[in-house]
Amino acid sequence: MRLRIIMLGLVVLLGVFLAQPLAFSGLFAPLTRNGAAPIYTQTPLLTLTLHHLALVAASTLAATLVSIGLAIATTRASGLAFLPLARAIANIGQTFPPVAVLALAVPIFGFGSGPTLIALFLYGLLPIFETALTGLTEIAPETRSAATASGMTAWQRLVKVELPLAWPVILSGIRLSAVIALSTATIGSTVAAATLGEVIISGLLTGNTAFVLQGAMVVAILAILINEGFLAIEAHAARRAGRPPG
Amino acid sequence: MIEIENVSRLYGEVAAVSHVSLDVGQSEIAVIVGTSGSGKTTLLRMVNRLVEPSSGTIRINGRDIRDQPAPALRRGIGYALQGHGLFPHRTVAENIATVPALLGWPQTRIRARVDELLSLFHLDPALFRDRMPYELSGGQSQRVGVARALAAEPPVLLMDEPFGALDPIIREKAQDDLAAIQKRYGTTVMLVTHDMDEALRLGTRIGVMDGGRLVQYDRPQAIIAEPATDFVRSLLGAGERALRLLSLTTIEDILEPGDAPGEPVAAALSLRAALSESLWSRRAALPVEKDGRIIGRITRTALEARAAGPL
Repeated sequence: MRLRIIMLGLVVLLGVFLAQPLAFSGLFAPLTRNGAAPIYTQTPLLTLTLHHLALVAASTLAATLVSIGLAIATTRASGLAFLPLARAIANIGQTFPPVAVLALAVPIFGFGSGPTLIALFLYGLLPIFETALTGLTEIAPETRSAATASGMTAWQRLVKVELPLAWPVILSGIRLSAVIALSTATIGSTVAAATLGEVIISGLLTGNTAFVLQGAMVVAILAILINEGFLAIEAHAARRAGRPPG
Repeated sequence: MIEIENVSRLYGEVAAVSHVSLDVGQSEIAVIVGTSGSGKTTLLRMVNRLVEPSSGTIRINGRDIRDQPAPALRRGIGYALQGHGLFPHRTVAENIATVPALLGWPQTRIRARVDELLSLFHLDPALFRDRMPYELSGGQSQRVGVARALAAEPPVLLMDEPFGALDPIIREKAQDDLAAIQKRYGTTVMLVTHDMDEALRLGTRIGVMDGGRLVQYDRPQAIIAEPATDFVRSLLGAGERALRLLSLTTIEDILEPGDAPGEPVAAALSLRAALSESLWSRRAALPVEKDGRIIGRITRTALEARAAGPL
């Protein structure tokens, strides 16, 4: 209950700040020097936030679809041989520093949101793939046997039994990916993607601590909200999957 | 009903099941007994094609089980397994409705069938229909598991150690329930267990498996009277053969006219229980009652004759 009130407070605070950032000028003014602007106004903060979230949502959604697809394919009897390969691909995505991915992607896709989307997508694969593998493989063998013995086809077993049971675990992977993508997206502004990173980078370049703080603050609050939102969905999904509460 | 003909299953070079042939007649309960690794579960799982035989033929109702796609075959065969295997994300009613739903029964028929089965297994439908599996005790889960296997009224029911996880008292109750329900629907049952007591209690025929081979397949009396190998003898427990033989028959079957002193015993009890009572109360004959009336007596001499092995 107390958590809910805190989250609600954060939502209100963020909403008011994004709608009327200039109202907070007084708060950020002490962090500026030589009368610099206390609030970033080159692009409206609300626009940047929405753009930032859209990038995160698109990349996480793509990573979710591909990862779950890979996990399903590699846990079927016919796909088991590809499990190491799929693991390797997902791992490579994770070991590449996002800055390197950006640098490599710019010559191909140019500046803007494209390279950022790709970096976030590659970064998001591993957590979802690994949790989907865990979720699909930890299903009790007798549950699987019972599904087959009831006369379910392989597809029915996947859709009616395996995915519903694995879903809470997969959700935790999606949560992890989304939060990572949210923070990593700020780097996208180095290649001219319109994200909240723009505010932070501008602050760093001009020595304006107020910009750095407000950019970072919005990202941090978003991260907390997304994390808590997913945790609530996970708890609900776990109940639906028949896990005893507590 | 189920004809297994010269069936083998190899894993690499090792034969889990080797040249097994057996017939299970309509409405019989065939119990396959063996230690772990004897191939009994593999044999059972070949009947609904969870395991494909390496060689040999299995027919149900005269029809080769390979004649239709495996999922269609399995929807016509009930399967109850150890640890019940309930779907944790589905309610009790949804679990029981699994096969009827796959077969596309209308909702009203499914609902009626679920309630009928719950009542049959002494679970109040109003109370249990919407429970999740984690809210059930071991005995309740097991009953729901068997109810699920019977939901689509399959003519054949396969059971893989269905009572293995239950404590002795609940197990006996579950065995009685199964026997009653089997009688009611006339289901042909093939059950696998490592427990010879269970086999003797339930089986109309008992098959003993050892190292992938079926070493004996016969009526319970014959298994006790003439065990085919030392292994069968050891499963029976050398010191208990006479008592096991007695446990196969009820008092009613060898009732004599006449009277005897003391407390009566119930006609439905086994001869083994009657002998125990006769010894304990130092009486050579016991009065037998049924429905609150004395209907005759049973003597220790008759019991002893029944317990004697072949000359």
